[in-house]
Formats: sequence, structure tokens, C-alpha cells
Amino acid sequence: MMLRLGRWFGWAYTGYTFLFILAPIAASLVFSFNADRFPSLPLKGFTTEWYGGTFTDPLVIEAFQRSVMVSIPVALLSTILGFCAAYCDFRFDFRGKSLFSLLMLLPPTIPAVIMGLGMLSYLSRISLAGEVWAVLISHVVIALPFAMAMIRLRLAQMDSALEEASWNLQASPAQTLWYVVLPFCKQSLVAAFLITAAVSFDEFAVAWFVSGLNETVPVRVLVFLQGQVSPVINAIGTAVFTSSIFLVAIGMAFSGMGKAKRAAADGPAQPAAGALVSNNGLSL
Amino acid sequence: MSSNTSRRRWPLLLPPLLWQLTFFLLPLLFLFVISFWSVVNFRLEPDMTLKNWDFMLSRSSFWSAYGHTWALALGAAVVTTCCSFPAACSLAFTVSERTRKLALMFLVVPFFTSYLVRVYSWQAFLADNGIVNALLALVGLDGLPMLNSDFGSLVGYVTLALPLVTLVQTMGLAQIDRNLIEAAHNLRAGPVRTLFEVIMPLAKPSLVVGALFAFILAFGDFVAPTYLGGGAPPTLSNLIIDTTKSGQQWPRAAVVAIVMILTLVVTSLAAVRLAYGRRK
Repeated sequence: MMLRLGRWFGWAYTGYTFLFILAPIAASLVFSFNADRFPSLPLKGFTTEWYGGTFTDPLVIEAFQRSVMVSIPVALLSTILGFCAAYCDFRFDFRGKSLFSLLMLLPPTIPAVIMGLGMLSYLSRISLAGEVWAVLISHVVIALPFAMAMIRLRLAQMDSALEEASWNLQASPAQTLWYVVLPFCKQSLVAAFLITAAVSFDEFAVAWFVSGLNETVPVRVLVFLQGQVSPVINAIGTAVFTSSIFLVAIGMAFSGMGKAKRAAADGPAQPAAGALVSNNGLSL
Repeated sequence: MSSNTSRRRWPLLLPPLLWQLTFFLLPLLFLFVISFWSVVNFRLEPDMTLKNWDFMLSRSSFWSAYGHTWALALGAAVVTTCCSFPAACSLAFTVSERTRKLALMFLVVPFFTSYLVRVYSWQAFLADNGIVNALLALVGLDGLPMLNSDFGSLVGYVTLALPLVTLVQTMGLAQIDRNLIEAAHNLRAGPVRTLFEVIMPLAKPSLVVGALFAFILAFGDFVAPTYLGGGAPPTLSNLIIDTTKSGQQWPRAAVVAIVMILTLVVTSLAAVRLAYGRRK
């Protein structure tokens, strides 16, 4: 009885936690359609004025184009570099390997203001600060670790006999990489691409330092935030939320889908493989 | 074989290594270098001076910002850890594997969505005539001042860190051997005693690492203290932004940045030692 009560309490509490996490997102959605300029209760009535205002603002349109132009090459580069780093960590043993992995994974733990200041002062010495390139370079630094971590998790599921078999069949290491390892990682590569794109699309602090006049969407939002109360933020926010969640959800579905398929194919006949797959826990 | 693999590994190893060395490590080291440079006519000039260090470290306003930031980040670590623990226990022990994975996915998604917009949205909840006070008025309570206070900053930090901390804790708790919990039960330990003497010691690494993540995120965040905390008294990240954006005093801002990095390194080492015990 006590235990069951505790269990229900736990579920209710978890529900509240999710409410806390989702409340600001939901409120932003609601207020983006609210006629009142000020986000307060009671609601004043339905309007799409803010969306209209947002998507005709040339600054917002430019920022949107710039964000897309930056996030696609960022995602491509971080996924490629992230794969290289993950494969090195998986396959090779060398001196300083843990230092290497640390260097690869460290960037997200450095506060964004510090990264921003470092990037600004460094890139301005080589005349890159204030250019779109500066945003691209910094975003690859920040996004690469996410790609590496996701691909590394997938590689951990690979039977190392797979590569050895390929070598025994006279495939060169490069051929093995291309025809065996890459196809094995395909889904995690797509997932890494989408999630790094989302990371770049949302990053505001470093971009704010290095972008100069080349604002991206989140930098534009920051500028709005520094100004007056602006319902436009809710409109942009809801649009950006929808697209990032879309990207991340597809990315996760991709990294989860392969798993589900394999688990189904393996069936109960191969419990070991099934356990390997489910032991991975989080396939993010 | 070994010379063969070493030849094989360079084409894969070099690109990410060079990239992170050139665009991650060098910029950070460069911060250290420019902290000794001087600013002449709003331009950065190479120099070898200690005056930036002297200027920042001799100010009481710097040290009060330091103390304020430390206290806020520690508060964020404690509050986030306590808030997420019951949810993590619930997710780790009382739901099916499938539900847990779905819940964790829901937790991770907001991590990749705009923090700025979420903070702006919290303003609507916490303002004097905002949603929370409107709800309080409905049940006949007086409104509370919440925006532009440390409480406001904390709400922002928890928003930022809660998903990640819950994730880390849940994964740590889910790995605990259930037999140990059953053994405690069979030995007539009550739920509270089991929690404190079996579950929490076993989950210590994930609890400490989660708290460390919250600390790091809060220590460096400038959005919550600016837009929910009111910006006064400033935090170290506020100080960096003000020093950089007004007056182009990059060397002085670099001093603050280096002090922050050192603090984070020391805190992380201490936390890792705490998490993984004294296994020497």
C-alpha cells in the first residue's frame, strides 16, 4: 500500500517535471497567437499579426536565410569530422588517445561567453571575425562533439569481427571503411547531421560575439530580447521550436529506427544481440 | 601490423585533431595571451603587462560578482539535483524500459530548442502581473515578486539544466543491480533506509556528475541572470559581456574568462574525485 502510494506520487511528480519543462514552450505557442502585446492573462483574442510581422521583416528573413546557410555546412562538416574522431577512438590505440578524446568532447562544457570571447579575439587576428565564416567555424567546434558521441555509441554496437571478416576477404582498410563501417553507421550519421544542424540553428551566444552584422535567427531573437517586450519573439520562437524539434525528432527516430528493425530481425533467437542493442540504453 | 595501423590512422585522425587544435584550443590559449596585452585607442596591442590582471583582481566589484556567481551556480546545482531525483527514481524503477526511453527522449528534445525563447516565456510566468501571480490571485493569495531576483535566475538555470540532470541520474539509477535493493528489502531495511544506504551511495557518481553539469551550465550562463535575474548584481558572464561590448576591453574580459575556466577546472576535478571516491 505504502509502496503503491509512493509509486503514484513518483509518477505525479514526474508529470509535474515534464510540465515545468514544457510550460514555457507551450506558453510561447499560446502567446504567439494572443492579440495583446504583453504576454499576460487573461488572453485577449486570436491573431496572426505577429507571424505576419515576423515573416515580412527583412532582418528576420535575412537572418533565417543565413541560419540555414550556416547550419547545413556546419552539420556536414561536424558529421564528417565527428565520424573520423569516433572511428579513431573506436578502432585505434595510440599514445595520448584519452587526451585526443577529451579535446574532441570538451567544447560544450566551456561556457559560451568564454568561447565567444576567445573566438572573437582569435578570429579577428586572422581577419575572420564579423564574417559568416566565423559563425560556421565556431559552430563546427561546438557541434562536432555531439556528432562524435552519437556515432561512437553506434560503433560500440558493431561486432569487430565484421571488419576483420572484410579484411580477410582482401578488402583494403579504406574499402572496409566505405563498404562495411559507413553503411553500418548510416542511421547515426543521418541523426548526427540533423542534430548538429539543430545545435547550429539554436546557438546564439558565440554567434552573437563573432557574427558582427551577420545576424543569425537566435542572435536576432537576442537583439529583440534586449529591446522592448516583443510578441515577435514568441512567433519566431514557435517557428524555430517547431523546426528544431522536427529536426531532432527525425534524428532520434533515425537512430532509434535501426535499433527497432534490428531487434525485430534478430528476434528472440539471438538474445545476446538483442541484449547488446538494448543495453545501449540511450541511443541519442 | 602496428606501423600499418599507424599509417592507416593519420588520414582519419588528423582532420578532427587539426580542426579542434586550430579552432578550439588555440582560441582558448589566445585568451590567456591577450590577458597580458593592452588596449591603445580601442585597438588591441601586443604587450607584456600585468595591469589587466591587477585592474580586475583588485576590484571588490569583481570579487562580489565572483561570489554571487558561485553562490548562484551552487544553488542551481543543489536545487536541480533535488528536483530531478524523485523523477529520476520514478523513471528508473517504476516504469517499463519502453516508457523510460520515451520519457528520456522527451527530456532531451528541449535541450536542442531555443533557450532564449524559453527564458522570454518564463518572464511572462514570473512577472508581477504574470501567470503565476494571476493563478495565486485566483486562490486568494497575494502576488510575489519573482522576476529580477535570484529566484528568477534559478528558475532559468533549472530550465537549462533539469533535462540533462534528470537524464544522467536516470541512467545512473537504472544501472543499479536490482538484487541489491531486494537484498536490502529482505534484510528488513525500510524504503527510506534503502534509499539512503543502498540506492544513493550506488548512484553517487551520477548524482555528482549531474550536479556538476548543472553547476557548469549555470556558472557560464548569461541569459537567465540578465533576463530573469535583472542583471544586478552582475554575474561573471555579465561582466565579460559588459567589458567586451563596451570599451573593447578584451584583455580585461579575458582575465575574467581565465578565472572562470580555472574555477570550473578545479570544481570539476573536485567533483570527479567526490564521484568516484578515493580509488587510488
